[in-house]
This record gives sequence, structure tokens and C-alpha cells, in this order.
Amino acid sequence: MNMATVTVAPVTPPHQADGAALKDKIAIRNLDFYYGQTKALKSISLPLYANKATAFIGPSGCGKSTLLRVLNRMYDLYPGQRAEGQVLFDGKNILEPGLDLNLLRARIGMVFQKPTPFPMTIYENIAFGIRLYEKLPKSELDGRVEQALQRGALWTEVKDKLNANGLSLSGGQQQRLCIARTVAVRPEVILFDEPCSALDPISTAKIEELIDELKADYTIVIVTHNMQQAARVSDRTAFMYLGELIEFDETNKIFTSPSDRRTQDYITGRFG
Amino acid sequence: MDSSLYAARRRRNVIAAIASYGATFVGLTWLALILGVLFWQGLGGLSLRVFTEMTPPPGAMGGLLNAIVGSLIMTTLALLIGAPIGILAGTYMAEYGRHSYLTSVVRFINDILLSAPSIVVGLFIYYVMVRPMGHFSGVAGAVVLAVLVIPVMVRTTEDMLTLVPDTLREAAASIGLPRSLMIRQVAYRAARAGIITGLLLAVARISGETAPLLFTALNNQFYSINLNAPMASLPSVIFQFALSPYKDWQDLAWTGALIITLAVLAMSIIARSLTRTRKSS
Repeated sequence: MNMATVTVAPVTPPHQADGAALKDKIAIRNLDFYYGQTKALKSISLPLYANKATAFIGPSGCGKSTLLRVLNRMYDLYPGQRAEGQVLFDGKNILEPGLDLNLLRARIGMVFQKPTPFPMTIYENIAFGIRLYEKLPKSELDGRVEQALQRGALWTEVKDKLNANGLSLSGGQQQRLCIARTVAVRPEVILFDEPCSALDPISTAKIEELIDELKADYTIVIVTHNMQQAARVSDRTAFMYLGELIEFDETNKIFTSPSDRRTQDYITGRFG
Repeated sequence: MDSSLYAARRRRNVIAAIASYGATFVGLTWLALILGVLFWQGLGGLSLRVFTEMTPPPGAMGGLLNAIVGSLIMTTLALLIGAPIGILAGTYMAEYGRHSYLTSVVRFINDILLSAPSIVVGLFIYYVMVRPMGHFSGVAGAVVLAVLVIPVMVRTTEDMLTLVPDTLREAAASIGLPRSLMIRQVAYRAARAGIITGLLLAVARISGETAPLLFTALNNQFYSINLNAPMASLPSVIFQFALSPYKDWQDLAWTGALIITLAVLAMSIIARSLTRTRKSS
């Protein structure tokens, strides 16, 4: 089958069970990505809807993390990596040179595979990001920190030890701290890069529940190796293979009646 | 299972273990002997007078005050000059220029500087500072020690910052932290214990240097904090007194050696405990 016919245009897809009109928060158009000479993403076009969770799935090396890292230009930290095409964030192309990356990353937050608390207290981990963009009196800052920790479903566990080092928490707690830290900056989009792959099942369940709640206020994009997880938390799923977008549709549709043979083979465990 | 093969492996294991224990024992014996002789010879002379009186002429009573003060002044100045330069250079290499050609050139030159004999550095400063100034001076002594501090600090700062995981840098970037703030607030914090350890190691290294000081600060029999004049230091006093034929000078040299050793020992213990608290917190 020819790829071009499968790639979904960045507009409303044919299957739309969730009623309400879908708004493109981010629209990826003809995106190519290179690691030096190696082309890692091939002409990806994909919409990411506001207040929906979109999952990127696919076997290792398919480019799903690469695609995620284009969305907040994280690849910019490394020389030799470049993206071509368009990524429209609220209609504005974020791949344009001269864009303020710090501002972009404040609007598009990211949670990583391994928990990455900063080497400071729990309170400071959260307050740090807030102070970057807002000058608040202490009482208001305290309120924002509490709010963020509640949003990260961590408040009850840490409210009596806000001055403990963030690294003293368990892995699952550290990951929720990182989510709280991301939320505290008040982004519009949150990117999750395999957020549960280093966590035990109970922590994983908590984080998934959290992602589900966050959808109400944020646009969520999640890269995951775990197909059950994609099925549980996402509304839309994009299946990628060898740097190409094979299929993008409602999660339900992808997991029950995918239109591409390769998607079917992957979700039924025939490869990957 | 081939039991003869297993027995042979066990034999080799026993031999290797004995060799390791033996080597450790030999190494530690020398250390114990050095410390033992130092305490044996130096402890007797350790009194308040050592810290309050100047170096005496032969046959008179005296202490090491001028040498201790001179060493403290020159070591402190050397750190004030060398540590910022070393830390900033190391920061450039680990954070800004990690992939640049300049970094590999600087790293190569720094490694040479790190292993350069200190007497060569002493000669160099003699040529560029002491000769044009026309006389030996404390400031030249501080500069020569600073030149010895820089490569140590460059190396440890770069190493310690490189150990900070990139995921932490990405996390900082992901909330919109500019790079300069990321380095100051996140990377330095994560690498703090290591950088402080490097600082203390640098102090330990320069506090025993004698040769470069003989070319720069020379020595001073009297108490002087004038940086523009020759300045006494513990290593050069030890050098001078230990080689002298006078018993009381030799005894003072032993006491001075003991003081340096104890100071460096204390520094190492502080460095160790700093690293440990970092891990447990």
C-alpha cells in the first residue's frame, strides 16, 4: 500500500465518536527529522487535538520519541539534529528560527521516562519553575505550590515534608513531583515520554489516572511502549513504524479495527 | 561438572586474593611508617609557641608563625585567583562547548598542565613576574600556586558536570529554564559536592608545593604580610630547616611537616564527608 494514501490530513478525521468539535492545538505538517545524515521521521502529518490525549505507539526506533521531542524543540539542545516542515502550535510554526524556546517550553511542558527531580527540596522543585515567569508574594507562591502538588496527586503524601529533598521520594512519587512541576508552570500542552516505563504497576495506575484528569485542562501527548496503556489513557492513537506515520485514528478504532495491516500486526503482537 | 577445573579456579582465586592483600598491606605499611615517624618526630615540638612566634635563628626558641601565615595567605589568594578561572573553564567545556573542537584542545593542554612538574611552572612565573619586578614576592608565590590550581579545577569541574545526567538538563529546559540558569541552579547544585571536593584536593596539592615557591616567594625569616616582599611558607621553611645542621631547626621542620599533613588530612576528611552527606540526602 502506498504510504501517501494512509497519511491522515491534518483536519478532522472521518471517525468522530466524541461529539464535540475538535480543535487542532498542534498541527504537524510534512515533518521530516534528521539525526545528522539519518532521516528519522518521514513526512509526518498529524493533528493533536485540544483537550484530548494522543498516544504515539510503535516498535522501538520507530521515531515516536523523536516526534515528541520536536514538539518542544528539545532536539535543539543537541548539535546535528534538525527538523524540516511545519509544526503549527495555535497556528504558529514553532520550527521557525528566532522563536523563543524558553517561552515555547513554558507553554509545552514535558515529563520524562525517568523521574528527574531537581536536586533541591520538594517545595523548591515546584516553586522554581513558577518563579521563572511570575513574581508572586510568598503566600500566593505557597498556594500555587500546593495547587500543583494536588494536581500531581502528591500533596497528601508530601505536605508535611515540603523541605525534604526531592530525591528522597520513591520513584513513583518523584514522577508525580515532575508532573506537578510541569503543571505548576501552567503549560497548555503536556508531553509524556514513556512516563511509566520505570515505575511499578501501582504507581503506573496512579499516573494514568492523573493523565486522564489532566485532559480536562491540557492537551496531552503520550509516547508509550505499552499498548494497554495507550488504550487506557488516550483518545487518539498514532501508530508509527520506521519513521513513518502508518495510521492515526480514534484509539478505539486503532485497537479494534485498524485499517492498515502493519498496525494490526503490531497491536496483535506479531512484531515489535 | 569438571571438579579439577573448579579446583584450579579456586586455587587461582586464593593466589589472587593473597597478592591483593599483600599489595594493600605493603602500601599501607609505608603510609603508616611515614605518619608514624612524622608524629614521633613532630608531635614533641607542637606547642602554642609554634603558632605564635616567628622562625628563630639557630639556637634560639621560636615558632612557625610567619610560615603558617604566609602559607595561608598564598594558598587563599591562589584559590581566589585559580578556582574561578578553573570552574568557569570547566563549565564551558562541560556545558557550552561540549561538542566543540576548542574543548578537546583545551582538555588536551589542561592535561599536560595537570601533569607538568611544578618546578617548571615555578621557573615560568620567575621569568614572567619575579624578573620584571626585580625581587621575590608573595604575590608571585600566590600566582604560581594559582597556576597549579587551575588545571585541577578545570578537570574536576568538567568531570563532575559531565556526570550530571542529560535528563536533568532536559528537565530544566522543559520548564523553560534558560541555559545559564540551568547551569547555576541545577547543574552546579547536582555537582556541588564533587566541585568542592576538587577545591579541597587543589588545596591539598598546593599546600605541599616547595619548588615553585623557592622561585617566587622565596622565604622570609620574619613575619610579613606584604605581598610585594618575599614571604615565608611552611614548605620552604621545612626545606630550609630540614637541610640545616641545627637540631632545633630540624625539630621545627618536623613540626611544620606534621602541621601540613594534619591540615591536608583534615581537608580530605571534610571532602569525604561532604560527598557522603550529598549521597544520603
